[in-house]
Amino acid sequence: MTTDALPLVAGKVAARKLVVFACFLVTAITLIPVVMMVLVAFQSDGESMAAKPSFWPGSWHPENLTRAFDLVPLGKYLLNTVYFAAGTTVLETVTAALAAYAFARLRFPGRNWLFGVYLATLMIPSQVTLIPQFVLVAKLHGIDTWPGMILPHAFTAIGVFLLRQFFLGIPRDYEEAARLDGANRWQAFLRIIVPLAVPAIATLAVFKFIGQWNNLLWPLIISNSDATRTASVGLQVFQDTNGTQWNLLLMAATVTTVPLIVVFFLTQRWFVRGITMSGLGGR
Amino acid sequence: MSVDTLPVPATAPPRPTPEPTPRWRNRESLTAWLFLLPSLIGFLVFTAGPVVAAGVISLLDWNLFSPPTWAGLSNFARLGPDPTFWSALGNTAYFTFLSVPLTILVSLLLALLLNQGLRRVAVFRSLLLLPYATITVAVAFVWIWLYIPHDGLVNAVLGAIGINGPAWLISDTWAMPALVAMSVWKSFGFGMVVFLAGLQAIPQQLYEAARVDGSSAWQSFRNVTVPMLSPALFFVVVTSVIGSFQVFDQALIMTNGGPGTRTTTLVMYIYRTGFENYDQGYAAAQSLVLFAFIVLITATQFVFQKRLVHYDN
Repeated sequence: MTTDALPLVAGKVAARKLVVFACFLVTAITLIPVVMMVLVAFQSDGESMAAKPSFWPGSWHPENLTRAFDLVPLGKYLLNTVYFAAGTTVLETVTAALAAYAFARLRFPGRNWLFGVYLATLMIPSQVTLIPQFVLVAKLHGIDTWPGMILPHAFTAIGVFLLRQFFLGIPRDYEEAARLDGANRWQAFLRIIVPLAVPAIATLAVFKFIGQWNNLLWPLIISNSDATRTASVGLQVFQDTNGTQWNLLLMAATVTTVPLIVVFFLTQRWFVRGITMSGLGGR
Repeated sequence: MSVDTLPVPATAPPRPTPEPTPRWRNRESLTAWLFLLPSLIGFLVFTAGPVVAAGVISLLDWNLFSPPTWAGLSNFARLGPDPTFWSALGNTAYFTFLSVPLTILVSLLLALLLNQGLRRVAVFRSLLLLPYATITVAVAFVWIWLYIPHDGLVNAVLGAIGINGPAWLISDTWAMPALVAMSVWKSFGFGMVVFLAGLQAIPQQLYEAARVDGSSAWQSFRNVTVPMLSPALFFVVVTSVIGSFQVFDQALIMTNGGPGTRTTTLVMYIYRTGFENYDQGYAAAQSLVLFAFIVLITATQFVFQKRLVHYDN
């Protein structure tokens, strides 16, 4: 990689310095909201609610953390968010991998037709299924329960589609060799396909997890008590009851965002890969 | 699907009986259905079924508490004279019209910047991608704080350069642009990563060839970068438009649809209709109209894409 792609300025050294400076500048600007979220979270009540907002805390108040937890059960909300995000992610990843294997490798009557049905639902926005899903969950007495929260969001077609594409790219020979050694389909799937497909499965899992951690609309309508309330909905409730208590509001926001940012940094290899795959591989 | 045909030997003698193949196939289909079953049950009950049900519910008058009554197409007819619906549609279109070009522009400029042969590109890329990996509700709070009318950070910065900033989120004119700015910030990382990967995939020889031909930097950009990046651009435009037509979280938290209905989006109106007014039939009808718009816009984009691809090649 060279700077020749876009020779902006005659002097290469000057150009490089300019590029580095610009990178630092845009990164700093981009991070302002996240930094401010944390800074205000540690301000005193008076400082954070003053008519003229202050940026750098005049004094630091780490006790805001426990105060935020006292106002709403943030720990419970975080745990619920983990249940919700991990539950949908595990269920979707496992069932999608199994189904994708059938679509990619096994022959059965109606395969292409059925895959077509899966594909057809890819285009449909989630709001279309929102009301029927709500009606279904309500009729099955699933409001404010974990099955009601998790099941409707664990069987989307996108996982099956992505994993099938990936499985099709794995050479058949690997599997044939195992089959000749006496492995059945299930063993071939577990020992050959799954290990080879770890990058694709991890990518799907990371996207699903971050997406569901962010999901507001579904938990908003299904969860109506602390039993299943997730961080997104919990924050919204917090805003309703403590709207102008900026330091505590942003402390709650910080507390619920930090775990996701940690997950993001730990998994960003898959995350970036997933974005790249979806953008260049076509979907 | 030729990939999936079984390796039947070409030299196989005429089969004495047709028995063996079907039996093998039956076993394979049985295995296939076992692999499919967990996904298929969930998919039929929670995804495919609800799609069909949405069509049925849109034809009902139903509040969930009393038995539904047949409404025919009246839910769709109600859309015409409903000012809130048209306002929500207009707001959503306005949001899309502002946010998609801005997001693409920011994503593209940052991808170009990161592609200038910088060391530690991955570090900047991660940090710039951070907003994409935050909780919308949480960062929406910070943005409300940033937009505090008189001395909030945004207006303090504007004040420093002599601009008297508006009361963003409660202003008829500026509430929507304020939501757009937040949304661009939240989502540009996605396009940036796609574009960066696209830029890195462009062969350097193309730029060298262009330079040999005496191309200026702008001409190289116009004649090499843009065409080579056009599939990625198209992908990001399509997904951004679909995403922005479904905008909800930040509008609910930051403005709650106001002032008035200035920032009430289609999805927010569907939410209000279905879960605050319990008018499920009408909400379902609205969701189908939203779907129709998404299909229409996406199809239009595909028509344009064909022309652009033809033009570029």
